[in-house]
Amino acid sequence: MRDLVTVFPATRGAVVAANYVSFDLRPGETMGLVGESGSGKSVTCRSLLRLVPEPGEIINGSVVFEGKDILELSTRALRSLRGREISMIFQDPLASLNPVYTVGDQISEPLRIHRKMSRRQAREEAVNLLDRVGIPSSRRRLDAYPHELSGGMRQRVMIAIAISCRPKILLADEATTALDVTIQDQILALLLELQRENGMAILLVSHDLGVIAQSCDRVTVMYAGYVVEQASTSALFARPRHPYTVALLKALPELAAERADGRLVPIRGQPPDLATLPPGCPFAPRCEFAEAEDPSRREVSMLLEEVERGHLTACPFHAEVGL
Amino acid sequence: MSTNGTPLLEVTDLVKKFRARQSVLDRVTFRPAQHAVAVDGVSFSVKKGETLGLVGESGSGKTTVARTVMRLIDPDEGSITFDGVDVSGLSRSELQGVRRRMQMVFQDPYSSLNPRMKVGTAIAEPALVHGVVDKAAAPAHVKEMLELVGLPASAGERYPRQLSGGQRQRIAIARALSSRPTVLIADEPVSALDVSVQAQILNLLSRLLDELDLTMVFIAHQLSVVRHISNRVAIMYLGRIVETGPTDQVFDSPQHPYTKALLDSAPHPDPSRRHTRAAVRGDIPSPFDIPSGCRFRTRCAYAVERSETEDPVLQKVGTDHYAACHVLPFRDGAT
Repeated sequence: MRDLVTVFPATRGAVVAANYVSFDLRPGETMGLVGESGSGKSVTCRSLLRLVPEPGEIINGSVVFEGKDILELSTRALRSLRGREISMIFQDPLASLNPVYTVGDQISEPLRIHRKMSRRQAREEAVNLLDRVGIPSSRRRLDAYPHELSGGMRQRVMIAIAISCRPKILLADEATTALDVTIQDQILALLLELQRENGMAILLVSHDLGVIAQSCDRVTVMYAGYVVEQASTSALFARPRHPYTVALLKALPELAAERADGRLVPIRGQPPDLATLPPGCPFAPRCEFAEAEDPSRREVSMLLEEVERGHLTACPFHAEVGL
Repeated sequence: MSTNGTPLLEVTDLVKKFRARQSVLDRVTFRPAQHAVAVDGVSFSVKKGETLGLVGESGSGKTTVARTVMRLIDPDEGSITFDGVDVSGLSRSELQGVRRRMQMVFQDPYSSLNPRMKVGTAIAEPALVHGVVDKAAAPAHVKEMLELVGLPASAGERYPRQLSGGQRQRIAIARALSSRPTVLIADEPVSALDVSVQAQILNLLSRLLDELDLTMVFIAHQLSVVRHISNRVAIMYLGRIVETGPTDQVFDSPQHPYTKALLDSAPHPDPSRRHTRAAVRGDIPSPFDIPSGCRFRTRCAYAVERSETEDPVLQKVGTDHYAACHVLPFRDGAT
């Protein structure tokens, strides 16, 4: 993905939800897209498949998948790509499953459309898929309706549908956020296991740094529509190079418990209002590094700079930044 | 923290069942109504100045406990003693005095504040209702409360929708403190907030507990948050407390397999401490169909024959530390 810009027109002027967002997703890797509400992580993820909700619009950039720009594809080509080459799971499986069709019907549908299977073949494959995602008594579950399943089971069904055509990329948008912690743990383990098996790349969108730390190879941190930092997971958590990432980590109770004073360090101020962002760095009003007497410190280009191999930051004062 | 003296709030053998809705067919065939046992014999006490953290996943009954303690719903069995008075049998008017001294903060500050009411009016309301201040003194009272939660006096003139989620939660806290309570029941007060704002609210609560010498029951599903703010914790599973004790003891040496599973499942924000296998198998059973014996046995890697037949009771495993399990003391790797 290169220079993606997605905007939402609003009465007070356009809201730029994704502001020149670029990243690569390599085969077989898990990339985390992390940020708080309003950071643009979900919009970025949806832009990949041109699923930006109205009235949002992608006005710049390219998303190149196997040599072709997804943003330029015809509707027909896009349709055969979605669900087959790139599939997606969402936060709320109850909203994405059709309540009046059985689980079996819904898993069979992509198999019959994309993999041209017969009804019977698709049903057999559906049983295999349900087994694969760890649903007990899978054959009986084929005839169940979504409301008869627990939240965790529904998300397993969603995953079964998503992997049914052996996609090369799986987009997971807050896929475990609505689940209880023991179930979230199971679903994350399942996703990584499936990835090891079939080598698909995963884009994991989450607000939860714990989930990111536990499952991603690389991380992209977003704030107010901008990518502020990108690095390998180990480098990002060990030595973050953007003040926002540092502040986010310091605000976590898990990590506070490990510091001598045990104190939580909140980020001061309020999350940004996307319609009235300050010029320069959007994090500046909450940032201790922009605070210095010199007002020119607020005029930041937001261009990413590589500070170490594979470690990018949008902060020009990265040398001063650390945990 | 003062942990001696008599408990300020004591809950004994609390039971709350909810009846499932019946279809017409069920009714004409006189099929007995199904009951979900949301809270099944829960006892705990909170001493003055102490914060008890109540942790559990969905269906554990933690919110039902909170609502029952507040008498927002009536318990089926058991007693709730507040400052020496049994409140479980009090009438509505008798409850007034108790309610002044025991207030609640909810998860969602969007729905717990009246959208048509100015923030200042919302904060003044409980104080006026309970006669803590008169009309003339109300503006000064509102200003004091806003200051207490770190907001400017001008915020009182605003409507909830003009405020951010974090500011709204501050307002909800100001409103809860308005009648000058001694006990605060906080039900998932930071769960809907972003991490950066969550830390602000947690620090605010810690400061208020200290400054106002409050006693708190803090309910949450996030272990890290509960650990941060509580002196003691109680871990709930399917309507029961399965383990309770001083926070550090429970987190550092969990005795119940469920507590252990919960701790292992929580995603730790440290990539060097990864686990690749899920910590616990299976789904949370339905409260309509609670397993016999130990209710965690269907998911437990340590369950023994006795777990199926005999319901374990809380037994002492350390100083002020109790766990309900047949396989105690807990040893990692035991099968």
